[in-house]
Amino acid sequence: MAAVAPQAFEALTQPATVPRRSMRAGRRRRLNIFRYLVFTLFGLFFLLPLAAMVRFSLEGTKAGSWSVAAWTQIVSYPNLLGAIEITLELAVLTCAVIGVLVVPTLIWIRLRVRWISRAVEFLCLLPLTIPAIVLVVGLAPIYNRIRAHISLSALQLFWAYAILALPYAYRALIAGLDAIDTKTLSEAARSLGAGWFTVIWRVVVPNMWPAILNAMILTSALVLGEFTVALLLLYTNLQTSLYYISRETANAGVLFSTSAAALLFAFVLLMILSLAGRRRGHR
Amino acid sequence: MPFFAYVGLFLLLPTGIVLWGAIRDPAGHGFKLSSLKLLGGSTVRGFFISSVELAAITSIVGALLGAVLAYAVASGNPQGTIRRVYLSGSGVLAQFGGVTLAFAFLAAIGPTSGYLMHAGWFYDFPQGIGLIYIYFQIPLMVLVFLPAIDGMKIQWREATENLGGSTLQFWRYVGGPLLAPAFLGCTLLLFANALSAYATIQAWDNQIAYVVPQQISTAITSEVGLASPNEAQVLALGMVVMVAIIMTGYALLQRRTARWLR
Repeated sequence: MAAVAPQAFEALTQPATVPRRSMRAGRRRRLNIFRYLVFTLFGLFFLLPLAAMVRFSLEGTKAGSWSVAAWTQIVSYPNLLGAIEITLELAVLTCAVIGVLVVPTLIWIRLRVRWISRAVEFLCLLPLTIPAIVLVVGLAPIYNRIRAHISLSALQLFWAYAILALPYAYRALIAGLDAIDTKTLSEAARSLGAGWFTVIWRVVVPNMWPAILNAMILTSALVLGEFTVALLLLYTNLQTSLYYISRETANAGVLFSTSAAALLFAFVLLMILSLAGRRRGHR
Repeated sequence: MPFFAYVGLFLLLPTGIVLWGAIRDPAGHGFKLSSLKLLGGSTVRGFFISSVELAAITSIVGALLGAVLAYAVASGNPQGTIRRVYLSGSGVLAQFGGVTLAFAFLAAIGPTSGYLMHAGWFYDFPQGIGLIYIYFQIPLMVLVFLPAIDGMKIQWREATENLGGSTLQFWRYVGGPLLAPAFLGCTLLLFANALSAYATIQAWDNQIAYVVPQQISTAITSEVGLASPNEAQVLALGMVVMVAIIMTGYALLQRRTARWLR
């Protein structure tokens, strides 16, 4: 692996002649100064806006004072709690679609119908070239036609979200499938008398569990941050409710506390999911 | 297979509606290309020019800065904490466009409320929104460009030095040309990313429409009751064509990159 090469390289050059080594050492020193300068500057650029948002949310009535008033106001926004609940339910539903529809399909294609895999890859990556804003232009008439007959709750957004998540889930799942020897596994299982259903659910799926979890993490991240489709189909999820608060409220503190809370919430959720995945991976 | 039914219904059908709607005669039946003339109109052209301007600036700046950061990350210990922190951080931040990002910048450098400074140019196009876009463009660049830098072999550097080449010559004649296709490809990806972003710019300034996605949303949900789905479909078609061309270029450059870096 080329990534480990610098250390090996450094070790190999230790007994070299003095002038050459000093040149290398000089280069390494300059490289390190450059690296830490870069890390500091970029770190500041990435952290300062977040820190400013958190600090702003903790400001009292007088500039420079501290207060948690903006945070306690979050619960008094009933729409906000509802929106969080909807968003979480949407994340679960979307993950379920990926798990029930996409996972078995990809395994089935890998095992039985490989000739179709290029077409499926094209289909799965197609949403990357169709921005959400474009997809929603085409989805709006479909949703409107259905809504003319029956009312659809915001939970129905998951149909569209599964499509938006498809490319990310596809890549994670294919990486998982590439990492295991599906052919040998399925042949072994088949020769022991397993049906295809057993092969998929009890042999291949447990072996690619980290990849499935990875796909779920990416899908949840996408759903938690989704704004465009929800706004334009006139539904309220977490992001759109933040947007409405920003438009309607004069109290800036609440805006920042809810944004910071939403962000923190997403971070924690993704952290839990990835930690759960790591534990399983180690077992 | 239910999978194909699902994709057909929620991906291909909407796309078909957009395409068909864009070339259909809005007044009657049959199709004619008159709707496409909208794309030539001066207002619509203005939205496309702004979109391209914003995407070009943020993708080029984001790609340059992201490449520097990716190099700094790649030249360190591959198992080190810094690399892990920056990689997982990039994964989170590249996704973290959207409403909350615009608010974070409002808190930091908002014109009246900024904590770090009161930036009078916060609501200027493209500087203000450009800075916010760069915040998620850099991490994306790190994620997509790092494999290319990691794929550079230390032997190339050694060979250059054995032949008496300097650091500058290495980058000029060996590293630069090898990384160029990857760099260009990643820049195109960033370009497409900025082009299709909507949430951030809408939360940044919801009063004025600057870019095509904002105009699309105005066209389909117009609050004054003048919604014109046809205009939205034509604009959407324009975006699909642009993004498709860019992504094709990206795919070709990726293939070119894969020849050397594996």
